[in-house]
Amino acid sequence: MSIKSDSRTEEFEYAAGGFSGDNHQAASLGDAVRDYVNRIRGGDMGSLPALLGLAVLFTVFAFAHDRFLSTYNLANLVVQAGSICVLAMGLVFVLLLGEIDLSAGVAGGASATITALSIVDNGWPWWAATLAGIAVGALIGLVIGMLVALLGIPSFVVTLAFFLALQAVPLKLIGSGGSIRVSDEVIRGLSIKNVPVAAGWIVAVAIVVGFAGLSLWKHRTRVAKGLVHKPLSLVLIQIAVLSVIVLGLTALLSENRAVNPAVFDISGVPWVAPVVIALLLFWTFVLTRTRFGRHLYAIGGNAEAARRAGIKVKRLKIAAFVICSGMAAVSGILAASYSGKVSPGSGGGNELLYAVGAAVIGGTSLFGGRGRAIDAVVGGLVIATIPNGLGLLNQASYINYLVTGGVLLLAASVDAISRRRRSAAGV
Amino acid sequence: MSEFTPYPAAGTGAPAPLLQLRGVNKSFGVVHVLHDVDFAVYPGQVTALVGDNGAGKSTLVKVIAGIYGRDSGDYLFEGRPVAVHGPRDVAALGIEVVYQDLALCDNLDIVENMFLGRELRKGVTLDDVAMEERARETLASLSVRTVKSVRQSVASLSGGQRQTVAIAKAVLWNSRIVLLDEPTAALGVAQTRQVLDLVRRLADRGLGVVLISHNMNDVLEVADRITALYLGRVAADVPAKDVTHNQVVELITAGRSGELGIKDVASATI
Repeated sequence: MSIKSDSRTEEFEYAAGGFSGDNHQAASLGDAVRDYVNRIRGGDMGSLPALLGLAVLFTVFAFAHDRFLSTYNLANLVVQAGSICVLAMGLVFVLLLGEIDLSAGVAGGASATITALSIVDNGWPWWAATLAGIAVGALIGLVIGMLVALLGIPSFVVTLAFFLALQAVPLKLIGSGGSIRVSDEVIRGLSIKNVPVAAGWIVAVAIVVGFAGLSLWKHRTRVAKGLVHKPLSLVLIQIAVLSVIVLGLTALLSENRAVNPAVFDISGVPWVAPVVIALLLFWTFVLTRTRFGRHLYAIGGNAEAARRAGIKVKRLKIAAFVICSGMAAVSGILAASYSGKVSPGSGGGNELLYAVGAAVIGGTSLFGGRGRAIDAVVGGLVIATIPNGLGLLNQASYINYLVTGGVLLLAASVDAISRRRRSAAGV
Repeated sequence: MSEFTPYPAAGTGAPAPLLQLRGVNKSFGVVHVLHDVDFAVYPGQVTALVGDNGAGKSTLVKVIAGIYGRDSGDYLFEGRPVAVHGPRDVAALGIEVVYQDLALCDNLDIVENMFLGRELRKGVTLDDVAMEERARETLASLSVRTVKSVRQSVASLSGGQRQTVAIAKAVLWNSRIVLLDEPTAALGVAQTRQVLDLVRRLADRGLGVVLISHNMNDVLEVADRITALYLGRVAADVPAKDVTHNQVVELITAGRSGELGIKDVASATI
């Protein structure tokens, strides 16, 4: 630092002039669109495949069945997607590191069993039982994480073993052929009760205002400091799109959707939605705004570089598995809330593949280093739409398996192809 | 070789070495890799460390970086002996190593890579604004103009640009000494030019720079001093302007060149 003749202001001007692309990026909406198209062509597609998939599925099912677009079915879809979204959100953490957790579904089933038994047999309040379930999930994740990070067993093998072994837990505790009813007001209410309409609107408006305020504030700071920023028009468009989605869904779900509206009043956002949104906001914050999140991406991108930078790779790996299994427990409890019972088969079926499919189709890479919490939610909606629509059409369940398997394969192919394009284009 | 004469000789008014290793020995089992090695880094100078494969360059760098311990010998920083127990102690002294395989994360952008593991925070949240400002300042002060945007992902950079980012990352922390391991090995002509200019600028800013290289043209162009290793011994520690290309090659391959080099080459064994 000793030889620095030019004054500080000059140096800043120099810095500002030094990176042509930064100024170019800020120029206009047209440039922003061009940049986006270039990114997609380079293989960085984000949630685009999921959004396209959602559009296709909605169009097909809307034509195939007149009740698919009814508000009643829409609310159903939101509730069905809840547990998949949550499971997928947990999986994002493991996938970010380039690992996999095949046991997440059954870990959720085992945790939900503990929660249900705590309520039914021990008379625990719902929150204590829920915490117990999440604690069991986190413990499972801790063991898996330690086996993977400390012993160095491939996560595929460890979690396959757990996938088999954990199915024993509900089977032993419930007994084969049995099931436990989940009738707790709060837990069951997550799926069958709705947020009061007024409260729903308040939360929806708060989300929109909060997002708009944060985006504009961030934009202003970056412009003021001369840093890389999006054009204002793009920021405004993003705010507008989010407002339309959030307020539009709230409006649809606030209508009375009962089959016989004169007698019953079913209106408001199902309680599952705010739970999923709260988790989404929390994990998005953790992934994008904290050191922990940044380090997870770094490990997924280049574990050796992360290690040399002083990041505790093993500790973070264990933490990722703990988060994944903890979220699996939440997902298991949501699934129990939806079906109203826990049975020995809970979490052992399609759940995991649905969730992996949801994360991947949403834009999370199976190769590590890429993924967001929102990917899981968007992907979860796509995946949940398939059984929902097929169910309305009264299709045989083998079609459901075929379609879901096909979608998972398609998502993985998109991931692999876009990765190839990325390394070719270097985006 | 047991008595070390610092260069330039004491009392000439020339700068004192920033980092000095004295009589360092290092063995791995029965293999004696470093024999009484003396090595010095001066502020504002580029010291080239040359030697054939297996001469002990990497081992010496890892001893300096604190990755390997020493069997014997002194480690002096600014003339004072310091206790080095690991890479963290060395980083705390302001010594940074840029390894050949650059240790960058392809999925992160330039700013994120430069601050990896040492992110600035405001409370619990990352202070992205401050990090971007400092990254820009550092890159600009190194006159880096080839990068389009500091928010570009590292995967999209060329080899020379990646090397630049890796070096800027090392400079960001007001480091005193930067060790560069084969920085031009995989680069084309124009990119090599960029990196060598950058190496020179680092020294002009007063840093002590160590350049490990196989490429004699690079070494003779940019280095102020050349330390040649031969079979784990220091064959010569000379000002770059006093030696020719051929002499350096002889020092590397045979351990001596005319008056320079190890007196009794025949007895030098591993």
